Amino acid sequence: MDKELKILKYSDLSKLIERFRSKGFPVLAPVQKGKVIEIEPVDTLDTIALDVLLSTQSAKKAAFPKVEKVLEYTLEKAAVKQTAIDPNAYAETILFGVRPCDASGFKSLDAIFGEAPSDAFYLNKKEKTTIISFSCPTADDYCFCTSVGGGPGYTAGSDIQFTAISKDELLVEILTEKGKKLSGLFNDLLTDASPSIDKEKFLADVKVVFDLDKVISNTTAAFNSAELWLDQSLRCIGCGACAFVCPTCACFDFQDEQNTKKGVRLRLWDSCGFSLFTLHTSGHNPREVQSQRWRQRIMHKFSYMPEQLKVLGCEGCGRCSRACPVDMNIKEHLTSIALQ
Amino acid sequence: MNELINKVTKLLNDKTIDAFIGYGQGSTDRVRAIFARTVEQASKLIYTPACTFNLSGYLLKHEVKHLGKLGILANVAALRSIMQLASEFQIKDGEVYILFVNDDASLTEFSDFQSIEAFLEKANIDITPDEKARIEKIEAMSVSERWEFWNKEFEKCIKCYACRAACPMCYCHRCTTDVNQPQWIPVASHERGNLDYHLMRAMHLAGRCINCGECANACPMDIPLNLLTYQLIDPIKTGFGATAGMKADAVYALSTFKPDDKENFII
Amino acid sequence: MQDFEPKIVAFVCNWCTYAGADLTGTSRTKYAANVKIIRFPCTGRIDFMILMKAFENGADGIIVSGCHPNDCHYSTGNFHARRRWIVFRNLMNFTGIDTERILFSWVSAAEGFKWADVVNNTVAKIREMGPYENYNKIAVSTLLKEEVSNHE
Repeated sequence: MDKELKILKYSDLSKLIERFRSKGFPVLAPVQKGKVIEIEPVDTLDTIALDVLLSTQSAKKAAFPKVEKVLEYTLEKAAVKQTAIDPNAYAETILFGVRPCDASGFKSLDAIFGEAPSDAFYLNKKEKTTIISFSCPTADDYCFCTSVGGGPGYTAGSDIQFTAISKDELLVEILTEKGKKLSGLFNDLLTDASPSIDKEKFLADVKVVFDLDKVISNTTAAFNSAELWLDQSLRCIGCGACAFVCPTCACFDFQDEQNTKKGVRLRLWDSCGFSLFTLHTSGHNPREVQSQRWRQRIMHKFSYMPEQLKVLGCEGCGRCSRACPVDMNIKEHLTSIALQ
Repeated sequence: MNELINKVTKLLNDKTIDAFIGYGQGSTDRVRAIFARTVEQASKLIYTPACTFNLSGYLLKHEVKHLGKLGILANVAALRSIMQLASEFQIKDGEVYILFVNDDASLTEFSDFQSIEAFLEKANIDITPDEKARIEKIEAMSVSERWEFWNKEFEKCIKCYACRAACPMCYCHRCTTDVNQPQWIPVASHERGNLDYHLMRAMHLAGRCINCGECANACPMDIPLNLLTYQLIDPIKTGFGATAGMKADAVYALSTFKPDDKENFII
Repeated sequence: MQDFEPKIVAFVCNWCTYAGADLTGTSRTKYAANVKIIRFPCTGRIDFMILMKAFENGADGIIVSGCHPNDCHYSTGNFHARRRWIVFRNLMNFTGIDTERILFSWVSAAEGFKWADVVNNTVAKIREMGPYENYNKIAVSTLLKEEVSNHE
């Protein structure tokens, strides 16, 4: 659909949350908790951290939670009885106040989980989630969205996007049918916006730091450059912080938990950075050392995904670099790959 | 700083070492570990007040070990890590070239473990007053409040294992968490999985933790994990007379005993 | 609450407490049936993770018991165990796990009556304290739908 431009008074923002909640929609939004900002269910506007740069974790958990029950089973005499979990049993949810990079991160996840055989658990949750993003008035040194095709006002993936255009007014872009439907709940609060509003004026300035095509072609060519990967990853300690805060990392693991009579199957986040990720039962590990795991992380996002799924595996949010305990800065490493 | 660069350059040139683990400029306001293998790389070494983290964990990283003979810029925490690792037979005397920057910016090189032990006897190894206050605050809570407090903290945990990866004492090739027959620690990062994991880690570090705080620094979710092991330092010291990371030939406090160990809870 | 029957798991060593519990039985001494005894070769084998598992699987209380100091069948197993219990008890206390719900004792093969007392007193105490609600909230059973704590 063609996007619709509207204006909303900042002072009416709290009414939005009230209306969503009174209709029974869960609202997930960034909440400041000590030094971290988590995406959590909220009831009122004042609990939402809207003026923060970015949440610590990405918003992916709205459709791809860290622990998810996918199956239940009981042992009856010698037979195992399985009870499937209904992937449709998920309430219509509103993801509110996230950044454009969070919203566009779902495009990569859609491609990964949508590939046959498609993943009903993710797709159903995603389908039932309406995303209201806020464009970015600020950015920091770790941001590089513009270098990977996004931007502080990037709208792909968002159903509605808000941009603060003055102290008390928000520009509302209604971008999708889903967004249009949801806006029915607060149409009376909206006024028409003049098409001449220049949204760009209110956005952060994020410089393009590398040539994406170069990164993609050089990454693909660099598979065997052991020295390059070793050089970049010597200080990597092999934790999963980068993958778990990433809006597009989608690797998962299955685990069963049970007592003697009943059990559940859980889907959990996993990371290619862990040495156990590729360990075979035989004891052989095809990615023996950390540099190979680092290569996998970069190649997957910048070579395999563009090639196989036609989407990039990176939104340039920089969360991995901020979360990294040893300062592995992906922007810096990609820049050096582009310059190879 | 120049003295450090000159020294490392010399060490690299005369092949005393093949690589030097030190601090370098990181992103924006951060400092990161760098691995100087060439004179050019050595010129990037820095030493600023921000260079406080413990580099010793890298001594056991597979790919770093394979760089050849290593040198390291150690702070007090790193020296203690090295002592503790030595007592656990992970590092041999003379295996690593150890440099230390004194308060007046001059360099001390430790020729053997004995000199490190002598140095550590006089060094300040206590946890910070702030950390002490945080522990006391938790200790002053009721049992239920403490449970609530830690449950809230562990709820944030995403099981990225950054704490384990950052800890110089967590060097096991196969951590208890990774054992799946039987599955001692649930892999899921739900409340039980997180509680089990953190209790297990704290217990396995009891008497071995050298209070460098890297676990808490590494945590992307800002969980004060260091307090778990820090609060065990005192009971182990007063109860068993043991402090981790002070002697290269120390016996691990929890793998030994005294017939007259005092307790007040066994009937 | 009145119907509450505490679930107690006892981890005991083979050589002293297990034999002591045997003696309680052969002496025809009655004691509370709430306790499920699990026999270990030695208290030195009773890892802290085993105690955690008991709470996770719905125990309201735990008894850990073995040979008196100097009486260990393997000479030093109980001395090692004692050190670890001292440390683990500290950690439990710090993380808010109720140490009142774990009883540590020395019961020899000759102390059949002491064993009955230990069990009866622990059961009475846990009965007073009620189910271990805090731990039950995160127990294995919470994931297994229908079987959410039978105390509710």
